[in-house]
Amino acid sequence: MRHFKDNLLRGLLWLSAFLSVAVLVMIVGFIFYKGIGLISFDFIFGDYSPTGDGGIWPMIVTTIYTVLISLVIATPIGILAAVYLQEYAKQGRLVRLIRFATESLTGIPSIIYGLFGAVFFVTTLKLGMSILAASLTLTIIVLPVIIRTTEEALKTVPGSYREGSLALGTTKLQTLYKVILPSSMPGILSGIILSVGRIVGESAAIFLTAGTVAAMPDSILSSARTLTVHSYLVTQESGDIELAAAVGIVLIVLILVINLSATYISKKFNKSTNK
Amino acid sequence: MSIPTTNKQAVEIGKANKRKYMLERVSQRVFLFCALLSVITLLLIIGFVFYKGAHPFVAEGYSFIDFIFGSDWVPSEDKFGIFPMIVASIYATVGALIIGVPIGLFTAIFLAEIASERLAKIISPAVQLLAGIPSVLYGVFGLAIIVPFLQDTFGLVKGQSLIAVILVLAIMMLPTIVTVAETAIRAVPQTYREGSLALGVSQIGTIFKVVVPAAKSGIMTAIVLGLGRAIGETMAVILVAGNSLIVPTSLTDSVRPLTTNIALEMGYAFGTHQEMLFATGIVLFSFILILNFVLAKISAKGGN
Amino acid sequence: MISLKKAKMGLLMLSILAVLSACTSNSNDKQTSDGSSATVSISGSTSVGPLAEKLAAKYTEEENTNIEINQIGSSAGITNAISGVSEIGMSSRDLKEEERANGLNEVVIAYDGIVVVTHPSNKVKDLTMEQIKQIFTGEVTNWNELGGDDLEIVVVSREDGSGSRDAFQEIVEYSSGELIRNSIIASGNGNIKTTVANNKHAVGFISFEYIDDSISTIDINGVEATAENVLQEKYSLARPFLFVYKEGQLTDAGQRFIDFILSEDGQLIAAEAGAIPVK
Repeated sequence: MRHFKDNLLRGLLWLSAFLSVAVLVMIVGFIFYKGIGLISFDFIFGDYSPTGDGGIWPMIVTTIYTVLISLVIATPIGILAAVYLQEYAKQGRLVRLIRFATESLTGIPSIIYGLFGAVFFVTTLKLGMSILAASLTLTIIVLPVIIRTTEEALKTVPGSYREGSLALGTTKLQTLYKVILPSSMPGILSGIILSVGRIVGESAAIFLTAGTVAAMPDSILSSARTLTVHSYLVTQESGDIELAAAVGIVLIVLILVINLSATYISKKFNKSTNK
Repeated sequence: MSIPTTNKQAVEIGKANKRKYMLERVSQRVFLFCALLSVITLLLIIGFVFYKGAHPFVAEGYSFIDFIFGSDWVPSEDKFGIFPMIVASIYATVGALIIGVPIGLFTAIFLAEIASERLAKIISPAVQLLAGIPSVLYGVFGLAIIVPFLQDTFGLVKGQSLIAVILVLAIMMLPTIVTVAETAIRAVPQTYREGSLALGVSQIGTIFKVVVPAAKSGIMTAIVLGLGRAIGETMAVILVAGNSLIVPTSLTDSVRPLTTNIALEMGYAFGTHQEMLFATGIVLFSFILILNFVLAKISAKGGN
Repeated sequence: MISLKKAKMGLLMLSILAVLSACTSNSNDKQTSDGSSATVSISGSTSVGPLAEKLAAKYTEEENTNIEINQIGSSAGITNAISGVSEIGMSSRDLKEEERANGLNEVVIAYDGIVVVTHPSNKVKDLTMEQIKQIFTGEVTNWNELGGDDLEIVVVSREDGSGSRDAFQEIVEYSSGELIRNSIIASGNGNIKTTVANNKHAVGFISFEYIDDSISTIDINGVEATAENVLQEKYSLARPFLFVYKEGQLTDAGQRFIDFILSEDGQLIAAEAGAIPVK
């Protein structure tokens, strides 16, 4: 009986894994199959043209802008916040409040961030529909992701590291910078990767804060269109699945490159801390 | 060496220490401030969204009960009832969870415990990559593949339906659940497994009785993140939901969840209509807060 | 440890660079708005948007002007023009009384027809206005009542607030409250087209610009949906494409762009794009 149950569960595990992989392969396969015909040098690096045969370079640039600006703001704040929660704070009402706030932020649908961004950054702070307004909105969106993953990473640092370091007479801050942060770097990096993914993949919030202007942005105060918004709009407005899929390929390759370089970096970190 | 110099050294060390402690205190303040920022932004978001959303009920005499339980949404005729959307959101999210969580969780267990290292090393990064795929693309996939599939294979009158939304959401939350849950399961100390196996428990028994319970908090996180992705998804859902304003009575009805209502109409809404969309946001928001509260309770109990 | 420090330095440099570039681009922005190249911000209808983009692309080849076009829907564009967020609003429907009362000026830049479309396999090719109304209000729910196959009708409409939907409802004479409840709501012309092209039950309406082989067009009272028939006023499902702006808000650059659109060259582009020229 127990063997039967074990085998059934084992079978279900295999089946689930197979299903997940199959579905995901199907999606990527579909996007590449549909879009690959449009991919060319001119498509990626060419300027946008409303007649449909232009490129998507302005959208790529806009996407890169939003990622850079959001990360530059969110990463330090997120890491320091996580450090406070894990290394400094005494369990108590304040920490519970902060945790609750962070978790709530994680769960807030991006469309609500969009609403907030549209009222606060676009209207109240008078940034207008712009890359900056969208980036600030995105900063709030990824902040909890970075805090959460950094916290998880800090948790995995063995207590003995801290004790060992402190026993050598270092201060808490020194321990933090020399011991704890370096050994949790891979975890923190994975948080940043998740954030990049979230920013690159975000559409609803950007749609309401950056607008849809299909042109090369002059500055971060210009209204512009990211890759995802472009993909959404061509599906929605012109029903052009192939163009949407071609933009999808660029998005996937972009994320692949980010992931690979992050893995490479975290491997290097691991080596240097092991020495 | 003479005594004064050592004194001097002592003073120097004392000064350095003072500076150190100063730095220590200042940095702690900075860390605290960063941590508090999430509280501040949450308050700002709640403040702004509630201020805008509560306005029609407080100042313009609209009934909140009619808003929640009304089944007519015709902005151009001043009718704002979101009951169909509330029902649609609940059905879609619960449906996606029923399909997505078991499959995602089992895949995570498979990758962490059953799969050979080589297989896991191929699949895990691939799944991680997929967690980053923009949700819009899932919507494009849903519109181009799932919708026609439902129409052609199951003879649905329209493929844009509750079941299409559930499928797209379930697929979309998979990578998130798998990635986070797998990390949590891998983080369970090897000694747990060894102890259980040494007691003669089978591998499967060990996984489900020892490893999974030990990784519970991480798994909960995975589910919450997946849920967050599902309930908050907008653009992918717009493409496959059909956005009809009816209370769904079957999986084949086309639906309009709360999120799509906001995204569909926010672009051009103004005045009361716009405020009603913020009110829709408040309802969505309340769901999330209740959910977080419940989950916090569950994980607190689990901790004991 | 060294690589960690390097990475830290790298991160620092990156952030400094980002901040710097942000600052410089900021100042650039100020220079341009003071300098010769002016910016005209336009927002509104998703039906007018593609045409406006084509016109802007041609226009900016010769003129040193930035034209920003945000496609956010007619009502939002009109609101933006009133509030001053955008210099010009695009609308694919006539202005409402209360909108006109805000001191808006309107320029018709072209006309556009709306066509009722079905799946190519649908046998129904001709309908009366009354039948169209019955379909969209749910009085008729099966194609066999209209001489087609025994198939349930799936109505596809644009969203409330879309200029195309407002114009369509006004001409067919039914209100938003009367629209059949279980109709699919699609938020763009393209979305309606793909939905109808992939569903043999479906019926929807799109702008002339979007007509292609994937869908079948419906004649109204035997009159085909063509630009000529609209111009000869035989085909009544038509609406103007408007540029609206607030009295006194229009800049020289904006005025020059409108002049270009109304010129022979501009109208030629409009015709090529599938719209119906003003003259």
